[in-house]
Amino acid sequence: MSNTNRFVVHGLVVEDEVRFTLVELCHACHADADQLMVLIDEGVLSPNGEDPPIFGGNSLRRARLALRLIRDLELNASGTALVLDLLDEIAALESRLRRLSSY
Amino acid sequence: MEFKDYYAQLGVAHTATQEDVKRAYRKLARKYHPDVSKEANAEARFKEVAEAYEALNDIEKRAAYDDVVKRHKHGEQFSPPAGWDSGFEFSGGDFGGGDNADHSAFFDALFGRQRAGARGPRPPQHAAGSDHHAKVQIALQDAYRGATRSITLRVPQMDASGHLTMHDRKLDVNIPKGVRAGQHLRLAGQGSPGHGEGSAGDLYLEIEFAPHPHFRADGRDVYLDLPVAPWEASLGASVAVATPDGSVQLTIPPGSAAGRKMRLKGKGLPGTSPGDLYVVLSIALPPADTLLAQQAYTSMAKSFGDFNPRRTQEA
Repeated sequence: MSNTNRFVVHGLVVEDEVRFTLVELCHACHADADQLMVLIDEGVLSPNGEDPPIFGGNSLRRARLALRLIRDLELNASGTALVLDLLDEIAALESRLRRLSSY
Repeated sequence: MEFKDYYAQLGVAHTATQEDVKRAYRKLARKYHPDVSKEANAEARFKEVAEAYEALNDIEKRAAYDDVVKRHKHGEQFSPPAGWDSGFEFSGGDFGGGDNADHSAFFDALFGRQRAGARGPRPPQHAAGSDHHAKVQIALQDAYRGATRSITLRVPQMDASGHLTMHDRKLDVNIPKGVRAGQHLRLAGQGSPGHGEGSAGDLYLEIEFAPHPHFRADGRDVYLDLPVAPWEASLGASVAVATPDGSVQLTIPPGSAAGRKMRLKGKGLPGTSPGDLYVVLSIALPPADTLLAQQAYTSMAKSFGDFNPRRTQEA
């Protein structure tokens, strides 16, 4: 059974072109508002200061990653925030290493 | 169907306490979780570990599993006897494993397939359909130029009797120019259909670049390995380079060493601030497999009489 769409679907690049409300981000991450509020408190997500808050496109990746780590590694929110910071740092260092090293 | 030894997968004895099970799982999860692990087979290994934990962490499931273990040895073909699970009642706690729970056939036979919607309350009469997530691999060249690509997604669907079955869904997707690995595309209305008058959910596609023998991307920047002949590196040359965006003529400066990096500004992934393309030189040695080639090497050795490649390693 296959469902074939012959028209071309155009998407938006989330990180560059999409902003989320809290409700939209919850829906996209299959999370409830309380779970995301904890991530905001820990600084994992930083919505702009407006009321109601608006989240940048990069929040989707960060929120899903944080929720996976909380669920699979049984981490608490502050531990997760630390892991995300360290993962960002590793990625930045690896990219720097690649630029500086001869290989 | 292959029998799964969940105790072996977590590396614990059959007599392990629930605390032991938890501890073993956490240690393995930190090692193999695909978001943090650098192990080559991390994802597959994590799935095994997570499934084993799901079976053993829940006392009811563990009891059911232990009962089956008694009658089977690892590696034997396993088929559950009809009605074997009727003596066990599952309290329906969170199955874990998350929204992408994809268990082995063994797990499903043992504990039943998770039914969509079984975890939460029945959705209200009019509710938006849920958003879906999937990963897609595209060629780096597609991100340079933009492209239309046909992708196939495996989608779980409930059949008339309430069982989940997988079916293929084909979608022609426009790949926007300049999209980078790790970014997401949102395809509005391509998720689950809504309930009642609720709108359909969205489909999020996470972009990955298919591995390429010569190119690799790092954010907006792209790295390209370029082998050159020893004389091209030493004397300089102008060579044609196949970049992801077509062929360019590149000048190799005289005296280039292996590993030399040449930056082609703005030739990385396109965008409002385009990335750079780094061409990394490697030196390919021609084989000395003809008399003429051997003579050339001999004459080279004579010409470079006092050249010592191990100068810096001398005691």
